[in-house]
Amino acid sequence: MEVLLGITGQDFTLIAASKAAMRGATVLKAADDKTRSLNKHTLMAFSGEAGDTVQFAEYIQANAQLYSMRNEADLSPSALAHFVRGELASSLRSRKPYNVNLLLGGVDPITHKSSLYWLDYLASLAPVPYAAHGYAQYYCLSILDKHHHPDISLEQGIKLLNLCTDELKRRLPIDFKGMVVKAVTKDGIIDIEFDDDKVVKSA
Amino acid sequence: MSSPFSINGGACVAMVGKDCVAIACDLRLGLQALTVSNNFPKIFQYGDNVFLGLTGLATDVSTVSDLFRYKVNMYRLREERQIAPRTFANLVSSSLYEKRFGPWFVSPVVAGLDPKTGQPFICGFDSIGCIDFAKDFIVSGTASEQLFGMCESLWEPGLDADQLFETISQSLLNAVDRDALSGWGAHVYIIEKDKVTKRLLKGRQD
Repeated sequence: MEVLLGITGQDFTLIAASKAAMRGATVLKAADDKTRSLNKHTLMAFSGEAGDTVQFAEYIQANAQLYSMRNEADLSPSALAHFVRGELASSLRSRKPYNVNLLLGGVDPITHKSSLYWLDYLASLAPVPYAAHGYAQYYCLSILDKHHHPDISLEQGIKLLNLCTDELKRRLPIDFKGMVVKAVTKDGIIDIEFDDDKVVKSA
Repeated sequence: MSSPFSINGGACVAMVGKDCVAIACDLRLGLQALTVSNNFPKIFQYGDNVFLGLTGLATDVSTVSDLFRYKVNMYRLREERQIAPRTFANLVSSSLYEKRFGPWFVSPVVAGLDPKTGQPFICGFDSIGCIDFAKDFIVSGTASEQLFGMCESLWEPGLDADQLFETISQSLLNAVDRDALSGWGAHVYIIEKDKVTKRLLKGRQD
């Protein structure tokens, strides 16, 4: 029951991930951060099998940082997305594939265009205006279909995110312990204060 | 239902006209019944008039299209000329058969014009590279049965470029509307002697 959400707007990309680290029906940690920054303007959120997620994400993070140091230039979000896809695709047909689903959000450092990439464990890559992974897809995509516009502001984006998390709190049978929310803007990655204690009455 | 060929959904069709060919695909990317993206084109260009359509497992569509971009770029550097559609078709066939016992889960379609004679060329493949040459049309994807029906009834020999565009567009749009796993818009390429026209079709968004 891990939740990953991503929303793009005119000059930002919002990434949100649930805080609960679970093993079976047990919550092991209630303040887990399922995101890693790849460089100044690209952020990746991940879910999937316990060991694979952090291992894969930090492998990608290390390689993105290595590239930045060697070339004194950061890879664009699009370039990173295709790099991650290549790594995940070669893993898919290996003896033990990584079981990781990803959202990769960023703002291009030159064009200032925001972008969001949806990647599943099969390494299917799609550029999308908004995305979710896991059960959250079934509840949130329809909300985002109705309310999302490509030119929304960050404030409107956060409102949209609240609409989604409210519905998840209403419908998901297990408490996901709130969300870590981060926004990528042209100035870098910023943490967004998010009210996790808001009580949503069930239908 | 959980065949790798029908997890993500998608449809592709190629047709022969008079001194022209057309190739078209839908834009859906899904996970079973859930639509994830309506912007996932399945047609790729590998020369002035060589096109490849790929349906099947989305990850393999991306991997195989990238693989052929690499192979065609290497061919162009070695030969100092563009690849011809028939040569490309044989490259596709042998590349797919290389993975005979662990195939790419794709159903490719090649369309193009012969660079010397200007003759239309289309062909399709199974996932392990058996070539299906055709002089009328080739279909592939989860809507292939519907596409066969539409193409059999709408296609006729000797269509000019405009008629061919109308025929392939109507065939694709009406086929994908009867398939839950395809649709959500389409790309249509009309390939003539020194002109390629790409059109984006709006389809039903349901």
